[in-house]
Amino acid sequence: MPAETTYLAHHFASLEKQTYAARLGMWLFLATEVLLFTALFAGYGVYRFLFREAFAESSRHLQTWIGLVNTLILVTSSFTVAMGVDRAGKGDGKGAWRFFLVSFLFGAAFMVFKAIEYTHHFHVGELPGRFYTNEEVQLVGAPIFMALYFLITGLHGIHVLVGMTVLLVIGLRARAGAYAAEYSVPVELAGLYWHLVDLIWIFVFPLIYLV
Amino acid sequence: MNPSLVNPDVPVYNPRNYLNEPATGLRSWLLTLDHKRIGVMFLIATTISLFLGGVFALLIRIELLTPGPTIMDAMTYNRMFTLHGVVMIFLFMIPAIPSGFGNFVLPIMLGARDVAFPRLNLLSFYLYLLGAAVALYGMIHGGADTGWTFYAPYSTTTITKVVPILLGAFILGFSSILTGLNFIVTTHTMRAPGMTWMRVPLFIWSIYATSIIQILATPVLGMSLLLVSVEHAFGWGIFDPARGGDPVLFQHFFWFYSHPAVYIMVLPAMAVISEVVCTFSRKNMFGYKAVAYSSLGIAFVGFFTWGHHLFTSGQSAVDAGIFGVLSMLVGIFTAIKVFNWTATLYKGSISFKTPFAYFAGFIFFLVFGGMTGVALATVSLDVHWQDTYFVVAHFHFIMVGATMMAFLAALHYWFPKITGRMLPEGWGLVGAVMVILGFNFTFIPQFLLGNMGMPRRYYAYPAKFWPLNVASTAGATVLALGLVVVLVYTLISLKWGPVAGSNPWHSRGFEWGTPSPPPVENWETTPVIDRGPHEYDEGATVPPTVSPEPEPTHAS
Amino acid sequence: MNELMRRLLFLPEQASDYARDVDHLHFFIITTTMLAATGVFATAIFFFLRWRRRSDSDVTPRIEPTPIHEALFIGTPLVLFLIWFAIGYPQYVRLQLPPKDAMDVFVQGKKWMWKFAYPGGPNSVDTLRVPVGRPVRLLITSRDVIHSFFVPALRLKMDAVPGRYTQSWFTANKPGRYEIFCAEYCGMGHSAMLGELVVLPAAEFDTWLADQRRGDKAVAQDSASTGETVLAAGNLVADGERVAAEQGCLKCHSVDGSRHIGPTWVDLYLRQEKLADGRIIVADEAYLTRSMMDPAADIVAGFQNVMPTYQGKLTPPEVAAIVEYIKSLKTSAVRSGPSAGPVYEPKPRQP
Repeated sequence: MPAETTYLAHHFASLEKQTYAARLGMWLFLATEVLLFTALFAGYGVYRFLFREAFAESSRHLQTWIGLVNTLILVTSSFTVAMGVDRAGKGDGKGAWRFFLVSFLFGAAFMVFKAIEYTHHFHVGELPGRFYTNEEVQLVGAPIFMALYFLITGLHGIHVLVGMTVLLVIGLRARAGAYAAEYSVPVELAGLYWHLVDLIWIFVFPLIYLV
Repeated sequence: MNPSLVNPDVPVYNPRNYLNEPATGLRSWLLTLDHKRIGVMFLIATTISLFLGGVFALLIRIELLTPGPTIMDAMTYNRMFTLHGVVMIFLFMIPAIPSGFGNFVLPIMLGARDVAFPRLNLLSFYLYLLGAAVALYGMIHGGADTGWTFYAPYSTTTITKVVPILLGAFILGFSSILTGLNFIVTTHTMRAPGMTWMRVPLFIWSIYATSIIQILATPVLGMSLLLVSVEHAFGWGIFDPARGGDPVLFQHFFWFYSHPAVYIMVLPAMAVISEVVCTFSRKNMFGYKAVAYSSLGIAFVGFFTWGHHLFTSGQSAVDAGIFGVLSMLVGIFTAIKVFNWTATLYKGSISFKTPFAYFAGFIFFLVFGGMTGVALATVSLDVHWQDTYFVVAHFHFIMVGATMMAFLAALHYWFPKITGRMLPEGWGLVGAVMVILGFNFTFIPQFLLGNMGMPRRYYAYPAKFWPLNVASTAGATVLALGLVVVLVYTLISLKWGPVAGSNPWHSRGFEWGTPSPPPVENWETTPVIDRGPHEYDEGATVPPTVSPEPEPTHAS
Repeated sequence: MNELMRRLLFLPEQASDYARDVDHLHFFIITTTMLAATGVFATAIFFFLRWRRRSDSDVTPRIEPTPIHEALFIGTPLVLFLIWFAIGYPQYVRLQLPPKDAMDVFVQGKKWMWKFAYPGGPNSVDTLRVPVGRPVRLLITSRDVIHSFFVPALRLKMDAVPGRYTQSWFTANKPGRYEIFCAEYCGMGHSAMLGELVVLPAAEFDTWLADQRRGDKAVAQDSASTGETVLAAGNLVADGERVAAEQGCLKCHSVDGSRHIGPTWVDLYLRQEKLADGRIIVADEAYLTRSMMDPAADIVAGFQNVMPTYQGKLTPPEVAAIVEYIKSLKTSAVRSGPSAGPVYEPKPRQP
């Protein structure tokens, strides 16, 4: 059966146009996600300028090793996602599923390390705004650093969870044979989203941990 | 072959259309993927919001009839103006023309069968309803009293229910983003064969520019509102000076979205006007390229002008200078449009029907609203006018005077296409006159109040402001009555209006090539476009060439 | 001419040269706007009438603009707008550059009143007295939320932002009484936050100021809206120290950090105090005032309930002065935070 019959939606003139539209739509959506984080990064930039010392000190007190591990996890998971997209493009739905499952597990590992990190912050009182009770870093601006830290990494964490769900759903559908070599665009788009999640982290890590 | 396409003098009501196919009944509407049905649902929802916002406005104006308390206390008044702003901006101004008329008309104009992502389209409608419901919940429980601008630290410390309203607006933002995304992709990928970019109708150019703003600016609003919610609920101190935060930073964040947002509100209005001018003067647009590119220009430059809301907040003079000049540039793009629209009338064939009457009002209000905007941008004048009724009058001239006029123009222009029936011409002109005159009497006194120095958001005022306030309320009453007149005859015409036929305006816009109301698929066969829209110099009356094209087999 | 245009446009009187200059720009803009608008509308109306529709199948010529048209459409408004900007912007810059010999006045907005203080005294509420012909620099801040100090007669406005100072300046050129409004929404009392700018002839102002500082006159005519009286001499902090000594506060509260019968006043302001009943509060103005009026209500943990009430013994200005004095007793420890800006009532920690 030609691919058109299975995949072409009634309102598109051709499969080619549909694929192009899907990709364009996804890129536009990713642009909105980037802007969402840009707003937070802008806020971070402003306050870092105002409270240079406090931000540097607070950042030094973060557990950079966890950040590093998480970076490695995400970068590797982007690689496995890319492999999965490649498999789907060759028509291998089961292969795509396997790679996506691995990526999903990497994502879960990321969240576990995040949980460890957050728990530590709770214990030492490194919390945002009026909840800040940490003794070691007592500078005006430290509570704001923590507020931004939780906002940025928290929002990113939510996106990781969403990405994990997307990978799971699309991966299962790929395994069930919903896509073919001629039309694996949904798998591609799922991969794109995960790459964005990774890319945002690549900005977050140096900005917040490495200062 | 549809007889209405052969002989446009005999208006025929298309019996098999999107209203009764593929099915009737509530379920088929609530689960529809048809952009026309979604557009109609948006129109109904936004019209209800318009009247809700209007009720708040009338209550405000009644309260301001006397210098002291009139019908409510200060806290209630503060809630009224906040809710008026929130409902009008987020529930009417931003979605009404794009998600209502845009959804209906854009695919048809492009020669397409639907938008690129019909399911996302339906989702955007449900997000609208969800956002409205959350905001409504907040309203019922007292509502916020911060003004729609939610300035910190007042918004982060007030006792009123700010968070539901903020969250409602946040959700509505996603609805806006999805609509914008859909339109951009549709315009790029679903134009009919032969429709080059320079043959795309000007309505679509402006909606396209609107969509770009929607997807780039709305996320920043979402983040700003989220930050205020978090601070209000948890006290994280981002905008709290006692914890090192900067309240003016919130203003920067907020206006980075909200200034482009006003272009989201005005560009679709300009989109409609471009179509109305050409149809009702039977003339090609005087400077098609200029009008098309000026839409993009407004969208682009509009992103760099937010600082003009902060001229009195203590920012540096250099910032003020840059923002002032850039704000004036936006005025240039608007001036280009005004001149081109007027020049289009030259040697045209002008028919003064109701949509054209609204165009006349639109031009009058856009010129004054725009010029007062430029005057505000001279910075020193803004120091006097900032946060006074002058600014209130300025933005109402644009929002109500331009956008709402365009909304009404669109209503009267496309009602025949959407419903297959005509609105009454005589009553239409009565409504237009009432709305235009009422509007003038409402807002011209407010310019003068601003000159006198009456600040905004004032519950009580010194007695010398009394007469102008009474005049303004009188005007508002006429404006409201005019809108009621329009509503009543619209509802009546839904059932009893005379049959319109496929092209009652004898327009050469592309959407008039379909029957009225359109069939589910919009076009029986995909049209092939061999010229631009609104070319009236050839004498033929039939819109674009329709030639049969082999259709590929479809999955759905 | 100036007067005619001013009245036509409902503008307030021009109480400074700057106000007059701004108005001249205003007149220029409105005149040009009216002319241009009339031109556009007249053209449009002429077109409506001259080219009315004869038939629904009329043929019209296809007309394209020439580069000249576009140049005119862009160039004319651009030139006009830039001229206006070239006039208005330098005026704005003038507002940012007060002369060096300007007299400073501290302005503090708070819900819902304006407080004015001259360096060296006196203070007043809601009424600002200034001399004619001398530049006055306003240093403006807020105690709680954003307000905006607006004098229409001066065409002057500047936001009062908590946590920082903003500035503006003016030179009043004729005596009179002018309205002060708050122009940034700040809650229930926003429209009641009215003040009055009293411009006095220079000599009269000098006399008034000298009298104030000498303390010879009780100035009861100020601030009718709040009834708050002006302290006769000096500044609030010194007054507070004097009253605290006179009223015996310093017998129980130390000012050097040592623990005595009552909590020390050093770094007390905005300190988080644990109360005897387990609650944690922040020692803000409200708490300090309450402690003077109803000391038994919120006893700090570890101290006895022995403080007498000062209700009726201290007048409101004296209470305010003591609060200001306490606020001035700070070491460089960071934990207290800055002394301006809003203070939150923290939710009690979960047990």
